[in-house]
Amino acid sequence: MLLSPPRSPRKRRQTLAQLRRLQRVAGGVIMRPLTDDLESQRTSADGRDMEKVAGAFIKPNRRLSSFERIEIYNRQYWYRLIDSMYDDFPGLRAILGKTQFNRLITEYLIKHPSRSFTLRNLGRSLPKFLADEPRWAKPHERMAMDMARFEWAQVVAFDDPAYPPLTPDDLAGRDPSRLRLSIQPHVTLLEMAYPLDKFSLALKKQGLRSEASNAMGEDERDGSQHPGAPGLPRRRPTFLAVHRVEFDIYFKRLTEPAFRLLSALSEGKTLAQACGLVEGAATPKQIRNWFLNWTSIGWFCKQNARKTK
Amino acid sequence: MPANRFNGFTDLGIGIGLRVPHYRHILSKKPTVDWFEIISENYMVDAGRPLHVLDQILEQYQIVQHGVSMYFGSVTRRDSEHIKRLKRLVKRTRTPFLSDHLCWGSVDGSYTHDLLPMPYTFAAARATAQRIREARDFLEIPVCVENVSSYAEYHASEMTEWEFLSEVVERADCGILLDVNNIYVSSQNHDFDPYDYLNNVPHERVGQIHVAGHSKFEKYILDTHDHPVLDPVWKMYAHAIKLCGPTNTLLEWDAHIPSFDEVHSEALKARKFLKQFSAPAARLSSPKSASAGEEPADALITA
Repeated sequence: MLLSPPRSPRKRRQTLAQLRRLQRVAGGVIMRPLTDDLESQRTSADGRDMEKVAGAFIKPNRRLSSFERIEIYNRQYWYRLIDSMYDDFPGLRAILGKTQFNRLITEYLIKHPSRSFTLRNLGRSLPKFLADEPRWAKPHERMAMDMARFEWAQVVAFDDPAYPPLTPDDLAGRDPSRLRLSIQPHVTLLEMAYPLDKFSLALKKQGLRSEASNAMGEDERDGSQHPGAPGLPRRRPTFLAVHRVEFDIYFKRLTEPAFRLLSALSEGKTLAQACGLVEGAATPKQIRNWFLNWTSIGWFCKQNARKTK
Repeated sequence: MPANRFNGFTDLGIGIGLRVPHYRHILSKKPTVDWFEIISENYMVDAGRPLHVLDQILEQYQIVQHGVSMYFGSVTRRDSEHIKRLKRLVKRTRTPFLSDHLCWGSVDGSYTHDLLPMPYTFAAARATAQRIREARDFLEIPVCVENVSSYAEYHASEMTEWEFLSEVVERADCGILLDVNNIYVSSQNHDFDPYDYLNNVPHERVGQIHVAGHSKFEKYILDTHDHPVLDPVWKMYAHAIKLCGPTNTLLEWDAHIPSFDEVHSEALKARKFLKQFSAPAARLSSPKSASAGEEPADALITA
């Protein structure tokens, strides 16, 4: 049975506009960055006492002030989101160390709060953020950006679509000057300055994905290092495809010409144009073998579903 | 009573949440389990292992969907991509009903990924009920809303939480997923009698019950889902079953997840209460007969 609104309300009833405003204010407090001591900030962005700000809409109780009650949500927000980012970017945290990683993610989430119903998409803009604001990864700016791209590619490979693949028969007899090939959405092509695939596998092998809590390598910032942790890799140009076969994620090393050819196809160039780009760098036999391999693992599809990565 | 229009007329028994650490055990051992609850958002993806595992589970088990991000209480534009994906999953799982929380969690398109408590106002009840109706009409299956645990209350509230829950579900004509652990947690954090809550919700709308563990801190209790169910919560569960009849029941265990067998055996502790109140005498008791202040079924707990 619906409640009857009181005939003479002692206080004015909330309107929808007030509810919207309340959610905006509360949301702003909950998503505000914590202090270095992982507490809520004591003053608002415009200098007001947060006890008073919180007290305006949250009731205190016998044990907690209004500020302390909303602080529970403020902390949960940051713990949950940073934990989620760590799950998706363990290699990045291994490079930067816990303190710098947390600072980076906080700055990232201030600029890129979650706009999706699922935490799966939380790290989508991290590679771009690191490209735009590399100072948060100093002195490992390029390695951190590469690692962010590499680890986001794994999120994509895990559950992005796989469309019916093209077979060699589908390609036979087609005019290369008119043929354009789409690459499966779950495949990401990466040009990296560091061999992060091997570094990442070494981290996994040593069980550090789930327990890494400190930086490792030469520039240990937190003052401790996991025994047996792999050192940071040396710079070496690396061309890679991150993809899925059945339900497992794989990293496939590519030669530079093969990478250039695939990249050209993914950008919408015709087969003839793409092959023209690697003329002199690869023999026709090599190119034929590449295509046999790529079609055998189903990288090409009919849908034009290629995304810019 | 337990099978009603709010849960798709199902009498499922005792289920547990489907969680990644148990995938291998479930697929290889095929244990006898009444049903599994899935977190919808974990499977609202395009492809890959999550859906592959889900399809295998669906071949053997009844699945019910439970969501965490519909945010019926958010006064913000609805995410059409979200609800379209949800409908695709509903068709895949053939869930007899689905549930999500009576809360808000997004503002102006930004998501907190938390279950934030509502101000208990008539305006909020009206707006929330409308969103629930819209979701149910689009999804074309019954919807139950779950009461959340909370750590804060608003000055703006115009009624109690259980009055708000009742107001929303009556206006939306939807079901309730009654989380007795959440009621207990909130009662401790806000100093109310949890039995007042249990006694004063529309029992005929309860389509499912959740039980879970929680953690006590110095000044508040946190809903952590990382422990066995504590005695006060089992006592409340017994009382809820007495009021509602034997209802689809699910144990939530989401952190520090132990073995499948440990989780399942904890869930099966609910069985004795379900059996007790499946007896004909208990069935004759109208839920309306449970009055405020009625004593909880302590005797059943100590048995």
